[in-house]
Amino acid sequence: MMRSSQPLTGTNGRRCKEDEKLINASLRPGKRGYIIDTRSLNVAQQARAKGGGFEQEVHYPQWRRIHKGIERFNILQESLIKLVEACNDQSHNMDRWLSKLEASNWLTHVKEILTTACLAAQCIDREGASVLVHGTEGTDSTLQVTSLAQIILDPRCRTIRGFESLVVREWLQAGHPFQQRCAQSAYSNSKQKWEAPVFLLFLDCVWQILRQFPCSFEFNEQFLIMLFEHAYASQFGTFLGNNESERAKLKLPQKTMSLWSWVNRNEELSKFQNPIYEANSLVIWPAVAPQSLQLWAGVFLRWNRPSQYLEEAQEEMVKIIKYN
Amino acid sequence: VENVRLLDRLSSRKAVLGTLYLTATHVIFVENGSETRKETWVLHSQISSIEKQATTATGCPLLIRCKNFQVIQLVIPQERDCHDIYISLIRLARPVKYEELYCFSFNPKLDKEEREQGWKLVDLNEEYNRMGVPNNYWQICDVNRDYGVCDSYPTEVYVPKSATAHIIVGSSKFRSRRRFPALSYYCKDNNASICRSSQPLSGFSARCLEDEQMLQAIRKANPGSDFIYVVDTRPKLNAMANRAAGKGYENEDNYSNIKFQFIGIENIHVMRNSLQKMLEVCELKSPSMSDFLWGLENSGWLKHIKAIMDAGIFIAKAVAEEGVSVLVHCSDGWDRTAQVCSVASLLLDPYYRTMKGFMVLIEKDWVSFGHKFNHRYGNLDGDPKEISPVIDQFIECVWQLMEQFPCAFEFNERFLIHIQHHIYSCQFGNFLCNSQKERRELKIQERTYSLWAHLWKNRADYLNPLYRSDHSQNQGTLHPQIAPCNFLYKFWSGMYNRFEKGLHPRQSVTDYLMAVKEETQQLEEELEVLGERLANLQKSQLGDSKVKSKQQDRSKQLRLSTSNNSLANTPQEYSNDLKSFPSRSPSQGDEEDSALILTQDNLKSSDPDLSANSDQESGVEDLSCRSPSGGGCLPSEDSGKDSDEAVFLAG
Repeated sequence: MMRSSQPLTGTNGRRCKEDEKLINASLRPGKRGYIIDTRSLNVAQQARAKGGGFEQEVHYPQWRRIHKGIERFNILQESLIKLVEACNDQSHNMDRWLSKLEASNWLTHVKEILTTACLAAQCIDREGASVLVHGTEGTDSTLQVTSLAQIILDPRCRTIRGFESLVVREWLQAGHPFQQRCAQSAYSNSKQKWEAPVFLLFLDCVWQILRQFPCSFEFNEQFLIMLFEHAYASQFGTFLGNNESERAKLKLPQKTMSLWSWVNRNEELSKFQNPIYEANSLVIWPAVAPQSLQLWAGVFLRWNRPSQYLEEAQEEMVKIIKYN
Repeated sequence: VENVRLLDRLSSRKAVLGTLYLTATHVIFVENGSETRKETWVLHSQISSIEKQATTATGCPLLIRCKNFQVIQLVIPQERDCHDIYISLIRLARPVKYEELYCFSFNPKLDKEEREQGWKLVDLNEEYNRMGVPNNYWQICDVNRDYGVCDSYPTEVYVPKSATAHIIVGSSKFRSRRRFPALSYYCKDNNASICRSSQPLSGFSARCLEDEQMLQAIRKANPGSDFIYVVDTRPKLNAMANRAAGKGYENEDNYSNIKFQFIGIENIHVMRNSLQKMLEVCELKSPSMSDFLWGLENSGWLKHIKAIMDAGIFIAKAVAEEGVSVLVHCSDGWDRTAQVCSVASLLLDPYYRTMKGFMVLIEKDWVSFGHKFNHRYGNLDGDPKEISPVIDQFIECVWQLMEQFPCAFEFNERFLIHIQHHIYSCQFGNFLCNSQKERRELKIQERTYSLWAHLWKNRADYLNPLYRSDHSQNQGTLHPQIAPCNFLYKFWSGMYNRFEKGLHPRQSVTDYLMAVKEETQQLEEELEVLGERLANLQKSQLGDSKVKSKQQDRSKQLRLSTSNNSLANTPQEYSNDLKSFPSRSPSQGDEEDSALILTQDNLKSSDPDLSANSDQESGVEDLSCRSPSGGGCLPSEDSGKDSDEAVFLAG
């Protein structure tokens, strides 16, 4: 699986032999590949007017292009704001709650991204085909798809270290602009142009899979919530900056502590371990039907109700396993 | 009928060929596959509706919808056969006499004494004693011993000490269906009580001294409070409309020291329609998130669940925090009243959150108090307007509470689902007829078996591993939140999409923990045995040179790794528009389990139902009725066996 940004085909239908060679090199002999464009066909076509575009069949004959329109990041921010607003609405009216939940569209985004990631994983696992994923910049939906696909396919990504590596590889090193995206979160007063809960949405999707396969992840929900928090505000330097170049310029490795160095200490790690984890070598396929996806109460309703009962359940679980 | 195809609901491309059999009690589909010969059994009692769809090139489709939310889609090759099956099923699914029901032919091979013992498992007298009555304030009343006062009430009810027979009889004449106020729950800590009745026949201005005295008596039975709440669970408008028909509700001016409260829960017709709409949403093929959420909202189902829950919360609060007694009624006092009283009791008393206590609760507030099981759940063919998912809603309230308080219930989700299943299955006699009187007339206890005994025998399957009776969550009253953003009401896919395994979490935390606990127990036993041996060895002189260390056979490999691996699961159809991915629905791999569930009525191979069908008139020569479970399987609803690798795009 490879990722990139959009090809600069433009209105003239420019081609680039080097680009074609590069991605063709990832094809397995005798097999073709799939390009998963995270924009709808319309949007991808419109991109040409601004110099962007998509891979044309005539130049990339061994590749089959699939468009799975995932919302642009700015839409996600609006979605989050509406969702959080719904979660703060203490009205007793069920209709109101459900309609606000639906109007936020948050779960729709979860479904879309999970579905696309599953598709990518399917191409690789079921067809043995190579996959190239890109959207416009290759810094948002692209990364959601590639990282989720790996969680589906690769059991190592479900271990704590493996997941940390995945985040480092597919988000930090890949240049997801954390600084821009995770500046203000849902309560921002001024509408930030680049603000979007892309990483949170990714974590939400991971949680959905975790919920469906509770024995297949070495980490627990708390781990994901911790990462969400640190992406927005952290005493560690890991999520600062927008890409590796900036981090190097800011001399972060010299001036700040790494989140991982703290998380991976035994006393911290024990809080994030899943007591019922049983390593398996399976590819796990999440269900993406609406009935199978739930609102991530651990994040969105976290302050709405006493966490006591669920924490006690967690403790009980740990006790049972420990005693055994 | 041969060459019938059973379609997979999620993936319409996937169909299985087999033979369809109709027996006196079941519809059975047997797969043609050489190795498995998987069987799908459906009880006639479970059939809710049958739809014959337009004939296509492939045959005549028949859609069977069940009361336990299973949906079966068959394709019959010949239109004539399809029509015959359709007509037969319509007749079979609408029995006219009780004797046609499965419970009268079901034979679990228990002797007479075992059958009797089974019925004695739940003893309401014991229960009232446990609550603390009779005592100085409450007495048992046998004024109804021949059902002479109220034929839908039990022979024995508890009433306040100061309620004389005269008062009771007088009050009963002023209540709809003569269902006078009687005790549902007594809180011995503060003497507050929950009483239940039907609506008073007050019309616009009628009064009844005895009825007013009855309410006084209830108040006096609680010296800690100088008033009682009267809770009418109907919407105000409906209650007011009833006045025109000579019924209505209590006027605070006439009844001294009452505080009257409406808690608007809709009637059985609204609930029936609500469920219908929700099931339609469930039947949508590949709905978007918006379709689903909008459909769910539009059905109003969760809103109704919440209304029932809120009523229960109000009453529990009144009893536990305010120490005030509550009289609950709706119209006839056998639907919403039952729901609300049992939810309140469950919140108040941890006993009802145990397995035994829950059975007792249902026996008390639903069975003994005359909830009309026959009319509501269609044991016999009757008026479709009487059908309504009343107890289903109560059961869902319990599930919603279990999700919020995971350590507070001794039983698990499977327990609830199986109870719901059997309310409709008529395999046991507990939920037949409309009243205790009718059940006694039919001699149910002598002619059928009790579900409670059956569930109790298999209780290991129904335990919640996180439950501890001494857990803090389990002391005293539960206090759920009210606003929907605080109490997250979830869509219960385990119930409404029960047979679509592909939609559920693929690994079960409950089953995993139960397996660990079982193993722990075994290890403890081993430890004990080894400890004893060690002690013995130490006692006897160490003359014996060799000490044989015999390892005990740990027969059960309890780790669920095997079932984990079998969850290799197949991908869903992630792209409906993409022809190049003819993936199979993950429900495929689990269909074996759905057969398990169907044939065994969700129990393990110990289920006596299918081990020998010799007593059933099957009318089928060739039915090789080996129990399809093969034994040894965990009754996990998602321990499906791995299916063959799907065939994908070639080349």
